[in-house]
Amino acid sequence: MNTLQIMRCLLWREIQLVLRRRSDLVSVLFFFVIAVSLFPLGVGAEPALLRAIAPGVLWVAALLSAMMSLGRLFAADHADGTLEQLLLIPVPLGLVVSVKVLAHWLVSGLPLALLAPILGLQFDLNAGELWVLTFSLLLGTPLLSLIGAIGAALTLGVRGAGVLLAVLVLPLYIPVLIFGAGAVVASATGMSPQAGLSLLGALLALGLVFAPFAAAAALRVSLE
Amino acid sequence: MSLFGINWFRYSSPQTFYPLAGKLAPIFLTMAVMLGLVGFYIALFIAPTDFQQGEAYRIIFVHVPAAWMSMFIYLVMAGWAAVGLALNARLSFMMAQALAPTGAMFTFLALVTGALWGKPMWGAWWVWDARLTSELILLFLYVGFMALQSAIEDTRRADRAGAVFALVGAINVPIIYFSVKWWNTLHQGASINMTKAPSMAAIMLWGMLLLALSFWAYSIGVALLRVRCVIAERERESAWLGAAAED
Amino acid sequence: MLEVDVLACQRGGRRLFENLSFTLHPGELLHIQGVNGSGKTSLLRILAGLSMQDAGEVRWEKHDIKASRDQYVTQLLYLGHHPAVKDDLSVYENLLISSRLAGLNPSEQEIRSALEATGLSSRIRLPARVLSQGQRRRLALSRLWLDSRCLWVLDEPFTALDVHATQLLEQRLESHLAEGGMVVLTTHQKPAVSEQYLRIVNIGL
Repeated sequence: MNTLQIMRCLLWREIQLVLRRRSDLVSVLFFFVIAVSLFPLGVGAEPALLRAIAPGVLWVAALLSAMMSLGRLFAADHADGTLEQLLLIPVPLGLVVSVKVLAHWLVSGLPLALLAPILGLQFDLNAGELWVLTFSLLLGTPLLSLIGAIGAALTLGVRGAGVLLAVLVLPLYIPVLIFGAGAVVASATGMSPQAGLSLLGALLALGLVFAPFAAAAALRVSLE
Repeated sequence: MSLFGINWFRYSSPQTFYPLAGKLAPIFLTMAVMLGLVGFYIALFIAPTDFQQGEAYRIIFVHVPAAWMSMFIYLVMAGWAAVGLALNARLSFMMAQALAPTGAMFTFLALVTGALWGKPMWGAWWVWDARLTSELILLFLYVGFMALQSAIEDTRRADRAGAVFALVGAINVPIIYFSVKWWNTLHQGASINMTKAPSMAAIMLWGMLLLALSFWAYSIGVALLRVRCVIAERERESAWLGAAAED
Repeated sequence: MLEVDVLACQRGGRRLFENLSFTLHPGELLHIQGVNGSGKTSLLRILAGLSMQDAGEVRWEKHDIKASRDQYVTQLLYLGHHPAVKDDLSVYENLLISSRLAGLNPSEQEIRSALEATGLSSRIRLPARVLSQGQRRRLALSRLWLDSRCLWVLDEPFTALDVHATQLLEQRLESHLAEGGMVVLTTHQKPAVSEQYLRIVNIGL
């Protein structure tokens, strides 16, 4: 079995494990919906205000939902001992992490990005803005999974890991939030979303190169 | 490796560094006090009153050096983290651990002095300008580092995990700063720019420089004292555990 | 050939062992003995390349295992404390996935015979969640019937096994050693393999 076949096998395993516990997946999406609904309840339902805060609200809620799903990335494998075995397979750990992050994105990040425009309708965003919102989330959510993987790896098995993960990862999420929400805001105010989207794309390229490596280093530290 | 006739590697073990740190710390702290006295004298008495902002502007003499130090210490901390990971040197990790609280303190000081400057100028205790916001995020990074280290019980893992996070944070700092500046220009409401300090008379720059050097000497002195505490704590822990194992 | 040279290990500020040296040749089984907490598991994890030692070197075929990790990993089979079994996958899928990830490509027949050898064939399609502790351990050990790689590092492999399963494992270890394989294991009982293979190392200060 060569490297590509092993990675395909790992991807299959990851997706199978999620599909057999579908409630995990669904609860993250529900959290997204509930979190978004809290804002109009908190700030009042005045349409102009909602339209103005929509990009930020949708992005922050998506970001928090993505963060909540990170617990699933390594913790389960760590608890039953399979994570150790993944460090011993003939594939570089960085690639193993990339495959796990890809699977994680396919089942949490991607659905969030596809659900967002529907929620955007609640805030009266127009078609153009919804497109930019979806596209920015499609670029941003993989980044959230990549950066989150580093935090998840560092906090493996630590007491209070959930909150600690948030403290570590949210500051690192800020540039993603700024560029992503910024692109939507730009399109809403008549400017071109291109700047925000290309910056996001550049960050994604950087993340794809560095984050798996950093997460692999963090995993080795946590499993020593 | 011998420089000036001293074998520096001899001091790379915590046991030998401990007494050296004890000797050096008072020197740096004394330097800090002397530089600080001169710097504050210039800041309070010699630098001219700004005709726009009055006397209140003098707080930038603390704000700017504190902001510089907060960034500088983070870089040094990340540097020690990198050395520790590369060479597997315990003392490097301990230095990073010792620097973090001081760095966090300067970040907090920069934020507070920024607010104190902002209030008389803009009428608000907090303005979301690029530098203050970046300082806030830097504070989060310091807090994350310290939280991570204190949450992990095994010291070896805590050191290395903190080091990885410090490096990841260091790489992100320029990205964060750039993104915050971009954010600032995008949301045009906030055209307040705290970096537009009153045009600097040379004497003001001297004042800030002296205070920056004072803060720098202070940081080194305090870090040396703190690393002694870290060394003592870890030695005590292993001696205690060793004694317990013999029972 | 596995060489361990003046190995030292420190955990949580406490020195577990130091100056540990031994060499393991094909056909030898090394039984690591020591009281609870003496560092047996830490030693095995260092041999597997999962943990770092504080001093000394571990060499495989004369190369430091840290430097030649890629090579080493293809010759090493490590089974740790946890059975490393996914509850949500079936018994069959568990063995299939774990061998495939290790780089093997076993046929369905081979997997079935491995599971038969460890007495799990009646549970082959059940999710691993329903297995008892002993059955999980047997599932983890099934890999030993599929994998022909050289060095086995096993941490308490006899845990939770009944008399029959213990015998099965001992027979498998014996056949592996006869083929020129090597084993390093920890266990609280004496493994009943032929004396010619057995070597003992006692660690702990």
